[in-house]
Formats: sequence, structure tokens, C-alpha cells
Amino acid sequence: MQQAKNLKGYRREVGTALSNEFLRQAMDKFAVAYRTGRENAFSGLDVDDLVAEVARSKDLAVEKLDLLLAEFKRNAAQVGVTVHEARTAQEANEIIAGIARDNQVQKIIKSKSMTAEETLLNHHLEAVGLEVTETDLGEWIIQLRHEGPSHMVMPAIHLSRYQVADLFGSVTGHQQDSDIERLVKVARRELRQKFVEADMGISGANFAIAESGTIGLITNEGNARLVTTLPRVHVALVGLEKLVPTLNDALKVLKVLPRNATGQAITSYVTWITGANACATAEGGRKQMHIVFLDNGRRALSTDPIFSQVLRCVRCGACANVCPVYRMVGGHQYGHIYIGAIGLIITYFFHGREKARNLVQNCINCGACKAICAAGIDLPRLIKEVHTKVQDEEGHPIKSLMLAKVLKSRRLFHTLLRSAKMAQKPVTGGTPYLRHLPQIFSKEHNFRALPAIAEKPFRDRWASLRPQVSNPRLRVALFSGCVQDFVYPEQLEAAVTLMAEQRVALEFPMQQSCCGLPVAMMSEKEAARDVARQNVKAINTDAVDYIVTLCASCASHLKHAYPEILADDTELSVRATQFAGKVVPFSFFMQEILDIQPEALRAPRQKVTFHAPCHLCRGLGVTEAPHRLIEQAGFEFVPALEEFTCCGFGGTYSAKFPEISAQILDKKLDDVRETGAEILVTECPGCVMQLRGGAQKRHENFTVMHLAEMLAQGRK
Amino acid sequence: MESTQDLIQTFSTAAQKVSAVVCQVSTMRQAFAYTVDLCEHKEACQLLIAGCQESLSAPAGDLCERKQQQKVMAAPQLSEEQFQHLEAQCQQRGIDLVCNGLRDHLAGIDIGFTLVDFGIAETGTLVIDSSREAVRLATMISEVHVAVLPKSQLRSTALDIEIELRERFASLPSYYAFITGASRTADIERVLALGVHGPLELHILLLDE
Repeated sequence: MQQAKNLKGYRREVGTALSNEFLRQAMDKFAVAYRTGRENAFSGLDVDDLVAEVARSKDLAVEKLDLLLAEFKRNAAQVGVTVHEARTAQEANEIIAGIARDNQVQKIIKSKSMTAEETLLNHHLEAVGLEVTETDLGEWIIQLRHEGPSHMVMPAIHLSRYQVADLFGSVTGHQQDSDIERLVKVARRELRQKFVEADMGISGANFAIAESGTIGLITNEGNARLVTTLPRVHVALVGLEKLVPTLNDALKVLKVLPRNATGQAITSYVTWITGANACATAEGGRKQMHIVFLDNGRRALSTDPIFSQVLRCVRCGACANVCPVYRMVGGHQYGHIYIGAIGLIITYFFHGREKARNLVQNCINCGACKAICAAGIDLPRLIKEVHTKVQDEEGHPIKSLMLAKVLKSRRLFHTLLRSAKMAQKPVTGGTPYLRHLPQIFSKEHNFRALPAIAEKPFRDRWASLRPQVSNPRLRVALFSGCVQDFVYPEQLEAAVTLMAEQRVALEFPMQQSCCGLPVAMMSEKEAARDVARQNVKAINTDAVDYIVTLCASCASHLKHAYPEILADDTELSVRATQFAGKVVPFSFFMQEILDIQPEALRAPRQKVTFHAPCHLCRGLGVTEAPHRLIEQAGFEFVPALEEFTCCGFGGTYSAKFPEISAQILDKKLDDVRETGAEILVTECPGCVMQLRGGAQKRHENFTVMHLAEMLAQGRK
Repeated sequence: MESTQDLIQTFSTAAQKVSAVVCQVSTMRQAFAYTVDLCEHKEACQLLIAGCQESLSAPAGDLCERKQQQKVMAAPQLSEEQFQHLEAQCQQRGIDLVCNGLRDHLAGIDIGFTLVDFGIAETGTLVIDSSREAVRLATMISEVHVAVLPKSQLRSTALDIEIELRERFASLPSYYAFITGASRTADIERVLALGVHGPLELHILLLDE
């Protein structure tokens, strides 16, 4: 749960989580195992297709939410269910406490419900004197510890067997063995007794099917079946977004949810409850059944043009499973009650700005969540949109306003970069690294050596570099991005040589500026739009076949964000789309478009591994081209474990959360070391900066290069 | 359209993957014999594996005490004739067979014997109409669940029983269960453990007739 008052406090809490050795190891193991499990579960199925179907079906349901609710109520009433509507969390809790009071209930058993976590239902019921017992093993454990869940599907993933054994020791009054099988059996017996005593059961629901008034529950342990069977009263607390028109819609979700959540084809139990069922201990032999639908901001979301898609979420928890930041800090620091990328977003809507303010800044924008989402939600973008909302409401921080201002004028921006070069002279000691960090960086940034700004930026070298290509195969405009232009011009030079040899005529449009991703990351939308306009105007798309960039982050931003950012721009929207259509990353251009032949490259037989930049593999869907180029050039390609996981750079992220960035980087460098490669190659100057700086600090034996540099070296 | 043989193959593979035991029987009588045998050879007082030997709190321990010493099997869906036949076999082996009153056995029973409405081959799933409380309890409080699934009721995916389910959800109150493997949890250190609340074992008998 989020307690921190400001970003500084939040960073302190994060720091504590980072030093939790057990948590880190548990998370690492999980991250790797999850991916394999999921892949197996989906084998032979078209995942993209299934996800698109879920998205479509949920979107349609959200659109006619009120119609579905009316239909559900009608059908549920016919089979003896009382349906309630709660506008707020407080209202829901009061309705449920009221049902308990009206029925002289004393003891309640609960199965897992994130919606009940959202409303803090247990606190409310306990405050009015009711005994509530969670019966899902993980939920019971965290209830006993007075904690919130650290994962939506595995709420106690942050705890070790020893902690659980201690806990069960105090519950039973007997010392407990730490053997997991035995601990599970202890829980079975202790909770069975609670089931016997309870007079009311509370469940959530994964589905509320309007056509029949049925609720569907997806579980593994089977506790929800006992919760909905034994006590004489059953209350289901259901978020409005769980409404679906038909059983068919529910089955579509069921096909994806367990596979995406835990790598299971289906969970042990899926329970479909229609109406008030037989119950021997209830009056008249029929259970008293209530369904409480919770709004708590959902209705407003359902008509929001940007955010309505968050209601597609099926609560599989996958966005946390693949998040490199969640993996480092755990759920208690990566959400308030809802965890992971979706948690960063809905915390704002369900629990308010106060709780969301710090969280939304802790996204590294690697896109792993978006790629894994069961409902195709554009999570990274929505996190930025929430950040924008928070900043618009509270005022933008000075740092981001300054950057936004500077970027609006290319001249000013470039002048500042040039003067920064002068200012750094005393601290580089003649090496290509900054020896002592300038004051703007604090000691937390010391985990990597930061590069110095180049003596002469690429744009100043262009006039003398520009190759003469007669009878060109293709015409290309280079988009450099600021890091390569001002820090790593040699990477661009290498690419120019390689492309010219392949008879590619090159342009370097001088009016180009920063792509705008850094300001977009800081949720400075106006500035992001301004630079997008500058860049679209800078390049005459009619005069070139492609716009090639060696920075995956720039490429992905130019290609996907520009048409969106400039969609309403009457002057440039069409040009922005044409522009985006011509953008290709370097490896794809060399491999797929130029189809470069092995004889053009003759490399020494060195071992090479690749780090896939997030914005290349997920942002642009390019995964194979770099591997093929490495092999065709004559190198031995050795894949690293977790090649597709973020390196921890994330642009401005690494400056905001240096401790997290450092740990992600460490893990990445461990994987690289494991391969025994002599060269670590990647295709993004940001990744080069992070990886090279980290390798330098750790005195690694491998060198870090941009793909273009390595290929150019290979031909010498 | 998959052949029955293909469906059996797919179903068995999927069910075994989640540690269900899958056998084929040609008659109901064989199914009874299998189940009675299983119950007889089950360790005496199977509550041992269900946690009663552990150090428990007083109330939880008391519930264990209430478990009768004789083995109990529940078979709530059988016809009178079938029930009598199974009961006779149970009696010979000292097993108490019940069809109702399962709330008197919440401490746990040895075997729940059920008849399955449909099988879903893709996932190895049993679909059981559990609208009667006794059917629900038999599949929840038993340590071993033995389910008889007629081969003719196998379908390829859940979508192939959509029409039937929609019909049954349409009018009266109902409770349908999809059951795949035994009750499981991975809530402690993500280590898989079977039988957290429901059955510790699931046996599926594929029936010819």
C-alpha cells in the first residue's frame, strides 16, 4: 500500500524493498518461470487473435454497461437473487454489513476478491464486530499479517515458507515445520473449521453474465466453492466491468485468463452460479443470495475516450509478471491495492491522486506489459496519461518544465548541449567518460560511468563525411536522435560507411531535433507535440525512400507516437503518417531491405551476444534481423538469457529511479557475462550508454557496441 | 470433427498433465469395483494426509476428532438400483456409503463418487451439474474424487457445450462446476501443493456405455 507522502519518501520505501534479498530471488525465479509456463500454455494457439477477441468483447460490454446491468438484474431477480448497486466503496461495504446485520450473521468466510480489497471490506466488517476469515491460502496469510496483497493472483508471493511457518505457529499455538506441503495441510484443517462455523460467505466474481444472471468464478484451491455452498447467505461483490452479455463472452476470457495468469490451460475450478441455489441450512432450503455491483468510478471510466480501455482488464496480473520494475521492488511498492501496470493506472481512479502521484512515475516504459496484456490494453501510454492528469492538476515540476521549454527551440537545445561539452572538460580527465559526476547527478548515479559529450557532434561532421553515391539503390534520410548526434557520433559514422557501400544515397536534414520521447516520458505533451512538428517539417518525405534511425527508442516514437500526437494537426497530420510510414530501424533496413550479403562483411570469429532494446523488439516488432546480421557478418551469435528484458535505462527513468535502474542493469550484465561473449551488441544509444557504463564500472571483459559500429569494424 | 478416439486421447493427456488419474471402464459395475477397491486400499483414516496429524489449534483439532473411524463414500447421483449395488459392495469392505446428509461429514469423507455431464478434451475438464448441495459437497469435502465420464459426452472445447449450458442457465437456479485436476495452490513460494481445500486426488473413469 502506498503510504509515501512524496517522491523522496517513495524512493526510500523502494530502497528498502530493493535490499530484500528473498524478495529479489523469488521475483527473479518467477519472472523466468512465468514466461516459459505461459509460452507452453499458449502453444498452438494464436495469442494475438485471442487477445483481440477479448478486447473486442470487453469493449462492447463496457459500451452498453447500463443495459447489461438492467438485463442482469432482471434475470437474477427471476432466480431469487437480490441485486444491489453501490456508487462508492463505502456504500458497498455498508450494504454488505447491512446484509450481515439483517441475517444475524456473526462469522463470515471470504474467497478472494480484488474488488473487496479495493473497498477495504474486511476492515469495515471487522469494525462493526464481525469475524471475517479469508480462505484463499495467500489471502489468509496476508490477512493474518495485516498486509495487502503483493500480487493480484499470488497475494503472498513476497513471503518465505519460514515466515509462513512462524505465522501458522502463532495461529495454532504450536511450532510449525517449514515444509510447504505440511503448511498447506495446516491451513486446510484450520480453514475447514472456519467453513463449518460460518453463516455468511463473500465471494467476488470474474464474470457477471447478463443473459442469465449467472456469475462465474475462476479458482484453483476450491475455497470459493465452499464459500458459496456452506453458509446460508452468499454475497458476491462485483465490479461493474465484470458484466458481459453472454456465456460466450465469458468463455472467450476464460480461454486467455488462466493461460496468461499462471500458464495453466484452465484453473482447477470454474464455477457458474445462477440464482439462489439449494442450501440445507438456509430458510426454506434456498440460499439467500445477494450480488453487490460496485461503481466506484467505473461508470465515469466507461465513457472516457482515453481510459475506458482499463475496464477491459481481467485481473490476470500478467502486467506485473513481466514488469522489470515490479520484479525489483515487489507489489507493495508497485501499486496501492491493485498491483502492476494496471495498478499504476487504476489507483488514480479508484483510490485518488494522493495514492497515485508517486506510483505513476515509476514506469520505465519498456512496453513489456502492453505486449503481455490479456486484453490488449495500451498500459504504458495510459500510465503517461495519468501522469499528465496528475501534473495538470498539481502543476508541473520545474525540471520537466525546463526541459520542455528548452526542447521547444532546437537552437537553444543544441546550444546548451554544446556548452555542456565545455563545462564537462574538467571532469572527464581526457577519457570518454565523466570521471566525477557533475553536481546535477547525485551519488546514486554512480552505478555506471556516464559518457562525455563528443568533441564535435555528428551534425558538424556531416559536411565533410557526406558520401558521394552515384546511381543509388535507395535514398535515405538519417534521423540521429540527440544521443547519437552529440554523444556517440561514431555510431552514425559507422552506419554511413556501411550504407554508402551498399549504394544508399544519404541525407542528414539539419533541422531535425530531439524526437520528443524524453518530454513525452515526463508527460509534457505540449513540448512533445512541438518537437514532433519540427521533425516532420524537417524531412521531405517525398525525396526519400526511408527514414533510418539507429536509435530504437527514437524509431519507435517516430513511427507509433507521431501519427497519434499530430492526429488533430490540420497542417501536418497527413505528413506525420507518411513520415511514420518511412521510419525503419537500422538492423531491419540492412537485413530486410538492403538484404546485405555475407561477402560484404568479413568479421573475426568472435563471440557476440545481443541485447534487444525494448523499443526495437516490442516497440517495432524487430527481433530476428539483428541476430541474422551478426551471424552473416561471420560472428558467433550466443543468445543471452532474457535477451528481451529491459536494461534499466528508460531515458529519464534512470535519473529518477537510479537505484532500481542499477539493479535491473546488474541482472542484465550478469546474463551477458554468463554467455562468455567478447562483444555485447545492441541497437540503441541509450542502451549502449547504460550497458557500457555499467560494464566499465564492473570491469567486465566484454566490450559494448552499437550494431553499426560492430558491423563496420567487421569489414575492416 | 475429432473422432471419439482422438477426443479420448486429447482429454487424457490434458487431464494427466494436471495429475488426474485417467482409466477406461466398460461398465458402471466396473466403475463401482474400481472405486470400492480404491477406497479399501486407501490408507486407513486418510485424514492423515489431509492434515489432521499436524499441530493444529484446538477447534481445528476437534473437527478432526469428529471424523468417524469408518471409511465414508458419498455417491449422491445414482439411481436407486445403482446405489443398492454399490452399497452392497461397500458393506462387504466395511465402507459406509451415503447419498445425502453430507453436512454431517464436513470433517472430510474418503471418496466422492460422481457422474459427469460433459468432458472438455482441450483442457481435461469435467463439467458437473452441481445444483444439488450433496453433489457439490461430495466433490469438495472428499479426499479422493472419482468421476465417471461417458465417452459419448466428450467434447472438443468449452464452446462445444455452450448451447447446452446456456439452456441450463436460462431458467432455474443452478450451480455448474468445471473441474480440472485436484484442488491446488502455489501460494507459498510458488511451490505447487495439491489438496488445499478440495480433493487431493482426482480419478476419471471413461465409460464405454
